[in-house]
Order: sequence, then structure tokens, then C-alpha cells
Amino acid sequence: MNKIGLIIKREYLRRVSKKSFLLLTFFTPFLFAALVFVPLWLSTIKGDDAKQVAIIDATGKYAPLFDDTEEYTFIIEKGSSLEEYRQNPDKEIFAFLNITGDLLQNPAAATLYSQKQIPMGLKNTIDKTLSEYLKDEKLASYNIDNLKQIIEESKIDFNIKTIKWDEDGSEKSTSAEVASILGMILTFIIYMFIIMYGAMVMQGVMEEKTNRIIEVMISSVKPFDLMMGKIIGIGFVGLTQVFLWGILTTVLVSGSLFFFGGSASPEEMMTAQVAAQGMGDMATGSSDISIQVQEIINSINFKMIGFCFVFYFIGGYLLYAALFAAIGSALEQQEDTQQFMTPIMLLMAFSLYAGIYSMNNPDGPLAFWCSMIPFTSPIVMMVRLPFDIPAWELALSFALLFATSLFIVWFSAKIYRVGILMYGKKPSIKEMLKWVQYK
Amino acid sequence: MNFLETEDVVKQYANHLALNKVSIQVPEGKVFGLLGPNGAGKTTLIRIINRITAPDSGLVRFNGREFRPEDIYQIGYLPEERGLYKKMKVGEQAIYLAQLKGLSYQEARTRLTRWFEKFDIMPWWNKKLEELSKGMQQKIQFIITIIHEPKLLIFDEPFSGFDPVNAELLKKEILELKDAGHTIIFSTHNMSSVEEICDNIALINRSQVVLSGNVTEVKSRFRTNNFTIRFHTGSGKLQPIPELFSLLAEKDLAGTSEVRIHKEPGITNSDLLSALAGQTEIISFTEEIPSMNDIFINTVSGTNTTQA
Repeated sequence: MNKIGLIIKREYLRRVSKKSFLLLTFFTPFLFAALVFVPLWLSTIKGDDAKQVAIIDATGKYAPLFDDTEEYTFIIEKGSSLEEYRQNPDKEIFAFLNITGDLLQNPAAATLYSQKQIPMGLKNTIDKTLSEYLKDEKLASYNIDNLKQIIEESKIDFNIKTIKWDEDGSEKSTSAEVASILGMILTFIIYMFIIMYGAMVMQGVMEEKTNRIIEVMISSVKPFDLMMGKIIGIGFVGLTQVFLWGILTTVLVSGSLFFFGGSASPEEMMTAQVAAQGMGDMATGSSDISIQVQEIINSINFKMIGFCFVFYFIGGYLLYAALFAAIGSALEQQEDTQQFMTPIMLLMAFSLYAGIYSMNNPDGPLAFWCSMIPFTSPIVMMVRLPFDIPAWELALSFALLFATSLFIVWFSAKIYRVGILMYGKKPSIKEMLKWVQYK
Repeated sequence: MNFLETEDVVKQYANHLALNKVSIQVPEGKVFGLLGPNGAGKTTLIRIINRITAPDSGLVRFNGREFRPEDIYQIGYLPEERGLYKKMKVGEQAIYLAQLKGLSYQEARTRLTRWFEKFDIMPWWNKKLEELSKGMQQKIQFIITIIHEPKLLIFDEPFSGFDPVNAELLKKEILELKDAGHTIIFSTHNMSSVEEICDNIALINRSQVVLSGNVTEVKSRFRTNNFTIRFHTGSGKLQPIPELFSLLAEKDLAGTSEVRIHKEPGITNSDLLSALAGQTEIISFTEEIPSMNDIFINTVSGTNTTQA
């Protein structure tokens, strides 16, 4: 087996067999699933007993309006006054609604009392019930026929349907919301992985340097092979993790949906996601909308996106990992890394924000230029991918990214080669650039 | 025949000339001592021989021909600053490093088992390196250095970190390797070990070779022509003979006297001895041969003052 293969194998196996890797890989999807489903599950749990709310209504006209809900039972109190309750508290009753006069004339005449903090749910129920009644009463006071009906009819809910024409003229329903969510998820994954695995490369390089094993290694392997072996090996670890997360998440989400009685398909999951995000009025969940979402999801070219994701991942990772390797090779102390890491982290953060802002206008100049510049393109392009960008843009962006990556790898290898054998004082950037010219 | 030669090797770092036309000749099957004070350029030279860095100019000849990249498989290098993967198991790590030196997995395993059994350290095989003491780690590192049976071995301060018992064991191993035909470059500050082990030396100071050659020959070059003579105090008194020798110091011990004399050039030891024997009853007659330690200090401080 050749050397670089041996190094890749060792770097890969050593990392994937670590407990921390296994824990992170297998528990993160559970964590995500839990984040999505635990609130859903909790919301389905009913409160133990309905709480009693006593209504002390001096007018007598509002009290009958309140219908019992799952959480609250409303009791119309006729005999005792609020003062009597205040002196002899009745533990059974959770809250008192005291209405002293006509609310249309004096909105302050209703007050809610309780010994505990009043939940938003109760306040909302009461507000809603009273305001609906008052609105009707007010409308009635205008003495216009059918006013209520007119107002009802004038309420228009509008959500434009977006259709994308294919080259053959056939129509496809598209959804900016679904595309944006997908783009955002991909952006975050790439951002997170470049930082996580880039830092891992740096740690690995520094470990070999501070362990002093480097001199033994370098006497049998070329520095370039050692650096690339490490970068590639760790890159495979990253791809493995993404792959496993993808599978696990799908399995878990489908499983959970099945558990909640829904049919288990990833499309349903997307529907649920969209609904949960409250984007558009799809949350109503009518069968009609379900079909629409299905259509939209089918309109997204997952194969193309998956392919591009893997290649941008590789290109972006290569670029940043090589930089991290060069930095790691020049330093001995963990504390010194901060100074060199900061510019890279800023660049990454800029890319992420550019990606987020590009969402509003995925074909705008910010999105375009940032998806061409190699340092930001792996992150920003992810936002644009679900929006079906022109092939030439994709090709150009790819070419630029890979050409730059190869240049950075070459450049970093030059620094690495000298840096790993330099001990003593922390080098300046100027010195590091001088190393590139060493024979 | 010389197994390794360097010819006018020059290496320049940013503003420091690390090696200035360094030429050394390492004969095959011998132990070659590469000596010099800290910062003289030894490590740079060793790195060039290991092909870790390339010289700016000059030649390295390996086994009689020009140095080639694949020659590194024929070199085993034990660096001064030792290091292995701390979290990796000893056996696994040794196999990995041996594979990088070109051995197959099977071959590496067989050879390692043999060495581990020889050093009686088989129980360490599945331990992590960090669980071992420093001396134990050094042993592992030594095995890793020689596992691929290279023709040329380079040991940089091999005895540092070893207790006397293990240092002795290591010395024995090094001499066995020499007897088995390996050529060894031995870099150290420990001059007594140089006298015991090395056949030839080169002394590097301030980026240049200032002294080189066979150990006995180098030592005779530094002869002072001083002798220490002990004799019975009652048997007579030593008088200097100007054309033969002069007296340097006299010391009376219980019943015996010790005199240091300086022999004039061109006089043989036999002539001197017969002249002395005529004067007194000699107990011992010793030539003061400088130790490698003295030669090292004299040469280094001598070149430093002439250049300063």
C-alpha cells in the first residue's frame, strides 16, 4: 500500500473509532429529532384537570358567553362577591373574572384575579371571547343591514402560487419557502463541517509537531503526503458523519411520524417542517395543500443538489483545511492559534451571513459574487442551489473553487514543510511567507 | 569504502549559515561520531542526510552513487527529540511506522514480535504509549528505528533518557548492529561513549568541520608529549636532561614520588624510558593521552577564539 493511503487509513480509523465520534454521530440525530418532536409531543399532553374560573358578572350579559375548554371550566357565580372570596379563599377556584359594568362603555370594567400567575392561555381565551362579542355588539350598534356579512366577505387571504417554466414549457409549482429552508439547512451543514473538521486538521498537525513524532515521520514520508493524508483522512471522517446523519435523521423522523400516527414518508416530514415553520398558510393542512407541497418537493432536483453539495463540501473543506494545516504547522502552542484563526473565522462568518442575506434574493449581486469567490462560494452557493441556477454559473464557480483549493494546498504545503520542523518562537506571517520560497 | 559522503554541503537559513561547505566521509560498517556543540549544524546535516531538507549546494553520495529519494528506506533515524503518538497502542503504532518505512503488514508484525520478545516487552503491545515510562518509550522508539533493518542508522543522542543499565544494553545493541554490517552515524555530546563506540569522528563547530578522522589517529594528533612517572622516593631523584626531557611538576606521596615530564620532540619513548630507568626505580610510566572530552573542548574553544 502506498504511503498516503496508509496515512489516510490511520487518520480515518483512529478518528471514527473514537468514542466521542460515535457518540456525536449517533446522538446528534436523536437530539435534532427530540428538538422537533418533544414540543410536538408535549403539546399533545393534556393538563391533569380542568381549572375552575369563577365569573362574577354584575351585568349578567357576559357570563353565559364562556364555553368550557379542555383546560378551564367556567362557573357563573351569582351569590358571593369578590370581596367574600378574597377573605375566604376557595382553593378549588383558580381565577376570578370580575365584570362590574358595561364593557363597551368602560373597557376597564373587567378584571381577572388569581393567587397564581395567570397563564397566557386563559387571558387569551377571555380576551378573544369578550372582544368577539363586543365587536358584534358594536357592529349591531351601527344599525346597518348585513354589515357583518359584508365585513366577512371583504377579508381576503392571498398567497400567490409560483410556477416555474421548464425549458420545454411544462409547468412546475415551486416554493420559495421550501427552497429557502433546504438552502439554509445545507448552508449550515457546510459551515459547521468546515469549521469542525478544519479545526480537527489543525489539531492533528499540532499534535504531531508538539509530540515530536514529526521528525520520525518526515524521515520516511514526504511532508506533502503527510499533510494530504491527514486532510483527506479527516475529510472522509466528515463525509461519513454527514452520510450517517442523513440516514439516521431520515429513519428517526420517519419513525417518529409513524409513532404519531402519520404515514411515514420524507415528503410528509417536509410538509410537517413547512407547517411548523408557519410559512404561508399551508399550516391548515388541507389535503389540497398536501398535494401542492408534494409537487413542490418533487420539483426540487435532489440528485443535482446532492451532487453539488458533496463537491462544494470537498472543495471548501480542502481549501480551509489546507489553510488550517499551514497554521497548525507553524505553531506549537494552542494559545497562539487564536491570532491566525481569527481572520479565517471572520471570513467564514461573513460567508454565512452572506448566505443568509442571499436568501431574500438568490439571484442578486451579493449572492452571485459570493457564490463565485472561492472562499465564500461553498457556503453561499448552498443557498442558491435549490433555486436552479444556470449551469455556466455553477461550472465557473466550481472551476474557481477547485483551482483556488489546489493553489492553497500547494501554498500551505510549502509552509507546512518548513513549519513542522521549526521550534521556538512563534513565527510572524511575514516569516511564514518567506518559507514558501525555501528550497 | 565510504558508505555515505557529503561534499561541500551548504545550507543557508534566512540570515544564518547553518552549514558551510561540510564534507564528511562515513566508512561502511563503522560507527561514525558526529560531534559538535549545540547549534553547530549537526541536526541540519542529519536532516539533509535524511532528505528532510535539501542542501543549497553540495553533494550527498550514498553507497557510492548519488543520493536518491528511495534511499530513505535504507536509513533508520532516531531523532534527539523523541516522539510517538501518545494515544496509540504501542504495537499498532510500531506496525504503522514500519509500514511507512516500506515493510508489509505481515513482515512488520513478525519482526516486531521478535524484537519485543528479545527486549522482553511483549506485555506492552496493547498498551497506549502514554501508559509507559519515558525509558520504556525510548526502547520502543529504538526498535522502531531499526525495524526495517536499514543499512545506515542515525542515532542522535541515543543515550539521553536511559538509565545506566539500559544505556549499557543499548550500547551492546549498537555494537551488535555494527558487527552485523550496518553503518552507524552517532551524534552525541557524551565524549566517553564516543571513545567506546566510534571508529571515526567529525567535529562540527560554527557550521564547519573543524576536525575529522579516525579516533586513534585524532587522539595521537593531540598528543602533548607529557608523561607521568611514578618511582620509589628512596631510589633516587629525577634530574631533567635538556635534550631529552624537562620536568613539569613534582609530587611526593607516601613512599613514592610522581613526576610529570615533557618529552622533547624527536625522542622515542624507548630512549626516554632508558634514560629514566638509569636515574631511578620506575613503578609506572604513562603517556598523557588527551581524552576526546579534552580534544572537544580545546578544539571548540580554540576555533571560537581564533574566529572571534
